[in-house]
Amino acid sequence: MPIVTMTVNGRPVSADVDPRTLLVQFLRENLMLTGTHVGCDTSQCGACTVHLDGHAVKACTVLALQAEGGAVVTIEGLGAPGLLHPMQEAFREHHGLQCGFCTPGMIMAAIDIVNRHGNELAEHTVREELEGNICRCTGYHNIVRAITEGARAMAAPVLNRAAE
Amino acid sequence: MTVTRIGEAVRRKEDHRFITGKGQYTDDIFRPRQTHAYFLRSPHAHARIRRLDTAEAAAMPGVVGILTGKDLAEDKIGDLICGWMIHDIHGQPMKMGSHPALAKEKVRYVGDHVAVVIAERLDQARDAAEAIEVDYEVLPAVADLATATDATAALVHDEIAGNLAFEWHLGHKAMTDHAFERAHHVTRLDIVNNRLVPNPMEPRAAIGEYDSGNDSFTLWTTSQNPHVARLVLSAFVGIAPEHKLRVIAPDVGGGFGSKIFIYAEETVCAWASKRVGRPVKWTSDRSEAFLSDAHGRDHITTAELALDERGKITALRVKTRANMGAYLSTFASSIPTYLYATLLSGQYDIPAIHAAVEAVYTTTAPVDAYRGAGRPEATFVVERLAEAAAREIGMDPADFRKKNFIRKFPHQTPVIMTYDIGNYRASLDKAMEIADVKGFNRRRRQSAREGKLRGLGYSCYIEACGIAPSQAVGSLGAGVGLWESAEVRVNPTGNVEVLTGSHSHGQGHETTFAQLVSDRLGIPIEQVTVVHGDTDKVQFGMGTYGSRSGAVGMSAIVKALDKVEAKAKKIASHLLEAAEADIEFKDGKFSVAGTDRSIDFASVALNAYVAHKFPTSEIEPGLKEGAFYDPVNFTFPAGTHICELEIDPATGRTTICNWTAVDDFGVVINPMIVEGQVHGGIAQGVGQALLEGAAYDRDGQLVTGSFMDYAMPRADDLPSFKMGFTETKCPSNPLGIKGCGEAGAIAAPAAVMNAITDALGTEAVPMPATPQTVWKIARTRAAPRAAE
Amino acid sequence: MFAFTYHRPSSVRKAAALAASVADGKLLAGGHTLIPTLKQRLAAPGDVIDLGGIPDLAGIELRGRTLSIGAMTRHAEVAASPVVKEAVPALAYLAGLIGDPAVRNRGTIGGSIANNDPSADYPAACLGLGATIITSQRRIEADDFFTGLFETALEPGEIITRIAFPAVKKAAYVKFANPASRYAMVGVFAAKRTADIRVAVTGASQSGVFRWTEAEEALKKRFAGRSLDGLSLPADDMISDLHGSGEYRAHLVGVIAQRAVEAAAG
Repeated sequence: MPIVTMTVNGRPVSADVDPRTLLVQFLRENLMLTGTHVGCDTSQCGACTVHLDGHAVKACTVLALQAEGGAVVTIEGLGAPGLLHPMQEAFREHHGLQCGFCTPGMIMAAIDIVNRHGNELAEHTVREELEGNICRCTGYHNIVRAITEGARAMAAPVLNRAAE
Repeated sequence: MTVTRIGEAVRRKEDHRFITGKGQYTDDIFRPRQTHAYFLRSPHAHARIRRLDTAEAAAMPGVVGILTGKDLAEDKIGDLICGWMIHDIHGQPMKMGSHPALAKEKVRYVGDHVAVVIAERLDQARDAAEAIEVDYEVLPAVADLATATDATAALVHDEIAGNLAFEWHLGHKAMTDHAFERAHHVTRLDIVNNRLVPNPMEPRAAIGEYDSGNDSFTLWTTSQNPHVARLVLSAFVGIAPEHKLRVIAPDVGGGFGSKIFIYAEETVCAWASKRVGRPVKWTSDRSEAFLSDAHGRDHITTAELALDERGKITALRVKTRANMGAYLSTFASSIPTYLYATLLSGQYDIPAIHAAVEAVYTTTAPVDAYRGAGRPEATFVVERLAEAAAREIGMDPADFRKKNFIRKFPHQTPVIMTYDIGNYRASLDKAMEIADVKGFNRRRRQSAREGKLRGLGYSCYIEACGIAPSQAVGSLGAGVGLWESAEVRVNPTGNVEVLTGSHSHGQGHETTFAQLVSDRLGIPIEQVTVVHGDTDKVQFGMGTYGSRSGAVGMSAIVKALDKVEAKAKKIASHLLEAAEADIEFKDGKFSVAGTDRSIDFASVALNAYVAHKFPTSEIEPGLKEGAFYDPVNFTFPAGTHICELEIDPATGRTTICNWTAVDDFGVVINPMIVEGQVHGGIAQGVGQALLEGAAYDRDGQLVTGSFMDYAMPRADDLPSFKMGFTETKCPSNPLGIKGCGEAGAIAAPAAVMNAITDALGTEAVPMPATPQTVWKIARTRAAPRAAE
Repeated sequence: MFAFTYHRPSSVRKAAALAASVADGKLLAGGHTLIPTLKQRLAAPGDVIDLGGIPDLAGIELRGRTLSIGAMTRHAEVAASPVVKEAVPALAYLAGLIGDPAVRNRGTIGGSIANNDPSADYPAACLGLGATIITSQRRIEADDFFTGLFETALEPGEIITRIAFPAVKKAAYVKFANPASRYAMVGVFAAKRTADIRVAVTGASQSGVFRWTEAEEALKKRFAGRSLDGLSLPADDMISDLHGSGEYRAHLVGVIAQRAVEAAAG
């Protein structure tokens, strides 16, 4: 079996994998990072969204071997010990989650939206950008609010955030 | 740290684990030596299994075992059951087709379970499943509900004539017919309530594990009601006695009804784990979920409303045919009967109602409760009729409703229910104000100038929640009681664990239940933990569905808290050396009336366990109380939703411009969570109206088998919602709670369709009103109601 | 998925040689069609050849009036590229409508046109702009490239390396998305480059992407949406499914084409 090597949440990892192994399986089953979820089999729902080399991707539609040499960040890699990422905090503050299953993918997608569109997001931008993330619980109302507010919070310097 | 009061929008305690990826859903659990199950499913809607040969498959790499219906029979594993007995119009019990977890002679829908392959790896199980030889004698599908009872239709269950599970009536037929004969005006609608796939984002999953040392089983499963699952798997299916079966429903990623039921896959995983001697894990993929999760709705209805010359409703007559699918799922029979027809009075004072319901088998996936379960169908009938009737007699739809609202409570409807309290006018008035109904005509003219059709629709919904007194539901055929249990364990250091038989899969019980305890005992919410979802921890419970966890689950906690307080007062009286009658409890302190002597809750808790300062012959040590609460009535949340939308007649695309929801849920424990519940419900209701519809072709193949073809509401399909509350306190439970989980899904479809029919100027618009459907109608309407 | 052998060649030459040497190989670009297909067990290639390790296949450059985009360029890169936005703004806009953001971060232009899904967006741009598809072996005009449903002029083992687009400002793409999949139910790319007027339609036809020549003729008189009034396509040639009958799609093509022309005429 081929060996795949990448960094996940800043940590180098390497494993023998069956070529069929999807990135999401590698994360969940090899690394036991079960925060990344699988909600569909047609690349539609976005529950499996992680960052690969700084961009949001659907980990259910990437072979682990395709991520060779890449840098992956999952929901578990956000924030610092004792310190939530501002987008995580915004989801909590604005009740942007109910059952929590789509949430890791939503948060990873949300950060990607901010990375591309900046810290001041119009509601329609957020709604359009969430096309690839399905939530069945919230009706999106509070997710949109959380992302808008989380985007603003991401503009604040980290030190200030830590002090809050 | 301070006390959290009822009514505060406190942030959720459970969120931290979810936003950090530390939630633990069933698929996140990996058991040592676990194997993987793959279900071989029927590719045919209806077929007889002539031969099933697993020999070659069994020899393939990694295969641990292959089990079939024959093995089930060998182990005397019973059928899956339907837990609500309906007696038909002749007093005969409903006809229940045999429902084995793995097919015996026949398969009855695409996705029906033929065999399970258990292997070291899932890919190996799938490989082996493809090598199983099945010789099917393909039989005619019965995919069309309208013709399923025709004499020419094949029989889904050979022994059930005409594919009719039961015919059932409610209400007074003669009175109703008489009112129609005398009616000044009759409004009639043909309604199809489209079939939906619940699609919680977490697909179902199960791990069965057999412990040979103790001869006991553990089943981790995506369940809304683990105790009911254990009861059914023990008492009816016969996996193991209750005390030898532990069912754990860990974090569950949404349910919406679809995780109430006891399905084949969970049953097989539990049973097979003993057969193969290793844990057996199954996780549904989305395609399997589409095929095998119980679907919702699927009614064909003819509904008529009789009016007198003043526009007053005199009678309602409804004929409904409900699709049951291939088998009666766990609560399927109750949905189009006691959860549907009993709500047909809506918010209106209707003297006579009659409903005739046929429950019909087809070769499709079983149909059971989906968010709202019967009540959305009822509200849709009533609210579409109200809107259409108002238009037909030239009355403003809001005025028509106001004229017909029930105003005096309690109100006995002609269809069993006694509404305890409500103020329907207040919700409608408030919603009209928030929605700026006055400005609608101006907005409509503006749309018309841009070539768009604008419409506004009301939905004044009612639902019955909490479910009901156990004796009452028992008399109506329920196989279980519908009470709830709670246990409040106060630890020696004064913090509290609440064990509840409710189950949270997104509803936020870990917060609202803790909020209740914090408010009542005067301790910080951080010092309260809510435990649920494990039959080894919580003694028994009925689970979460029907918006019952607040009204029933929390009422049980209140009862237990009453007992805790009573005992703590006894102990405090010894500690404070005062008469028990003089002890007052307020803000976390026990004090002696009229003095400054007091002791805090934590000290009493410690003393309860130390037991040094009171006679244990009179008062047992410890501070832990349990309670079972049985509701005295349903609760009746109600309100008004107003949808305003715009149609592009050139493409048929509908855009929702404004949504207003004003709901009366009685006392609201946590408005943030309650609003969130309504948001989600609206999205599902809008999904039903505009996007979602499960379709089977003539051969019984599911055409909408993935998110590629089944349109789920996405963020850009919806607006932000304008929310409001009115409050009439529910008199039927100690907290005055009514329930909020299903309101949005109940209210929304009628609001959307009333707005679309308003925009298009015709009542004949089916759901889902997809762009194609709307375009077809728009182009035949020469002069729709555009600018007036 | 069925088992396969995975390859990650470092050059187009090596990739082409590999593709020629295996019996049932599949090229893997962004993977957003192939991987779902493999997951559903609808394809069983013995070998999967990942083009992700070939540096030559990436990159966007403008030479004179020709915009050249490497086959492995992700949709998101095209959508965000200042070069593309300047040279062919409609192309950047179209790329930003494909799939969703995460899909755009993986899906590639080469993969999309090689697959020629009847509801994909890029084929409309290639045809609507008169692009040239450059492969490991030759140059193919877009008009000759898309030969039918999921069919192209590519020979077995032939690998798309770059796509060359003429710089065109007067162009627009309008997409009417399928409410479920969000793929194009009808997408029309309309462009005017001096005398060359093109109207390319995706999503609608049973034979895949096509040029609506009647519309192009009509637009030669006047490049305006109104010029298409009264034109129609035969419903029989259109895809008919749950979401839209042939009749509906034929109608939509007319409406969306008018909107695209209006946007292009801007």
